[in-house]
Amino acid sequence: MSEAVVRVTGFRKTYGSVVAVDEISFDVRDGEIFGLIGPNGAGKTTTLECVEGFRTPDRGTISVLGLDPFRDAYKLQARIGVQLQQAQLQKRIKVWEAVHLWAALYRRETADGERLLEQLGLADKRNAWFMTLSGGQKQRLFIVLALINDPELVFLDELTTGLDPQARRAIWDLVRGIRERGKTVFLTTHLMEEAERLCDRVAIIERGRLVDIDAPEALVRRHCPQRTVILTTDDAAAETRFGAIPRVEAVVRQGSRYTIRGHGDDFVTAVIRCLSEANISVDDFRTVHPTLEDVFLQLTGHSIRD
Amino acid sequence: MLRGLWRLTWLEIKIFLREPLGAIGSVIVPVVLYVVLGRVMGRGATLDPVASEFMRVGVPVLVAVTIGLSAVLSLITIISIYRESGILKRLRATPLRPWTILTAHVLVKLIFTAATVSLMMLAGRRYYPADLDIPVVSFTLALLICTFSIMSIGFVIASVVPTARFAQPIAGAIFYPMIGLSGLFFPIALMPAGLQAVTRILPVTHAVSLLRGILQGNAWSAHVTDLAALAVVFVVCTALSARIFRWE
Repeated sequence: MSEAVVRVTGFRKTYGSVVAVDEISFDVRDGEIFGLIGPNGAGKTTTLECVEGFRTPDRGTISVLGLDPFRDAYKLQARIGVQLQQAQLQKRIKVWEAVHLWAALYRRETADGERLLEQLGLADKRNAWFMTLSGGQKQRLFIVLALINDPELVFLDELTTGLDPQARRAIWDLVRGIRERGKTVFLTTHLMEEAERLCDRVAIIERGRLVDIDAPEALVRRHCPQRTVILTTDDAAAETRFGAIPRVEAVVRQGSRYTIRGHGDDFVTAVIRCLSEANISVDDFRTVHPTLEDVFLQLTGHSIRD
Repeated sequence: MLRGLWRLTWLEIKIFLREPLGAIGSVIVPVVLYVVLGRVMGRGATLDPVASEFMRVGVPVLVAVTIGLSAVLSLITIISIYRESGILKRLRATPLRPWTILTAHVLVKLIFTAATVSLMMLAGRRYYPADLDIPVVSFTLALLICTFSIMSIGFVIASVVPTARFAQPIAGAIFYPMIGLSGLFFPIALMPAGLQAVTRILPVTHAVSLLRGILQGNAWSAHVTDLAALAVVFVVCTALSARIFRWE
């Protein structure tokens, strides 16, 4: 049992006549990586910025580390680390100067900036101007700055947008590293793969509403019970056998390749049992598991990329 | 928080010096111009009483106002660039307060202004009549008071101006008429009565009047109205900008 680090209750925010976020409630627990996921414009950044204390909710309450993020903004900022979407620094500030400056802004004991630079692979860039850094290097520098005050809670907004897959993977490892240090991470992303690989729990929001919230695997189990097995076999009796598997929905044959669709957690086991009981030898066997992407499609009726 | 202020100020000085034309544009060009003008005009200064008065009072006030104005304009531009590019937004997510950021930039501007003026004084010494005595301490103090007051109007503009592209025209539209009406170029006494009333409520008029008076050797007590006006402007504008400061 872990306590709530962030508690959002009945939160609503409008801009003029546009409802950005409508009646959202959720908790972020101590020590977890929590992801707010949804397409661009779903209300992720609005929610995050209210939790960070940059905006005030129109309705509802938000509590972060037991504080009101807007009223106690300065008190809170000392205890959180923030990485913003599309932030910049002075063009000609050097990497080490930025770290040095940030360290001076906090009253409390700060983390070792040089070590952070090393951990984030920026040690050889410490004398480089901000404007000369690549997108990935800038993001890593912003992570260093978000961690410089040794915060209890770290906010990461669209962390890996615009990065190549390799840089993305490296950043994921870093975020896991933050969790290993006992900190709580609250991130937003529109990349389902990122949410699935990184987050302990995710909240899916769409058009300002919370659609569902749980661990990624639990969401998949709940909303996408379909399982697919793809195998190849030359056994002539295979097709009728497969059709008799419990909870099977479809068997599609292309030459010696079979795609068997069914649902339920034990569907794959049922396929394996069928193969062994009927003594069917297979060349190739793989299962296709639904992903968060499928959950999103299922819950909202459209793909996140639309 | 003072640690943050000093470090930010020092950093901004370094960053400013890294800008192409940073130091050259703000320090070296004005000094060189001043020396060239001094060479051209300074020769006859001791002979002609009108030219002498111009050299003694007109030039320093003109120079002070021009440098002060360019400092204010560049403050507004820098803050608007910081706002537009998201630097302010990132700084907001720290315990840093808006006044610390503004103060750091004012300090940077003051340091470069002081460097420019000192260099000018050193370089311009031999073009001045030998018997000229400038009340350096009083004039510096008066200049600081005027700078803070005018700078505070800059705060208000800098607090809200959305993009760097608007910063210069908006600031220009506010400051150039004030300077035009300040009595710097055209005697206030010769203006129509209505316009004279307008000039009296403009802070730059009081700044020019104070600088001129101190250079002419007036006592501070002769400029109580100017000092009060500049103080009111400073207090009101600083309070206002703290209220309306926008991070993004």
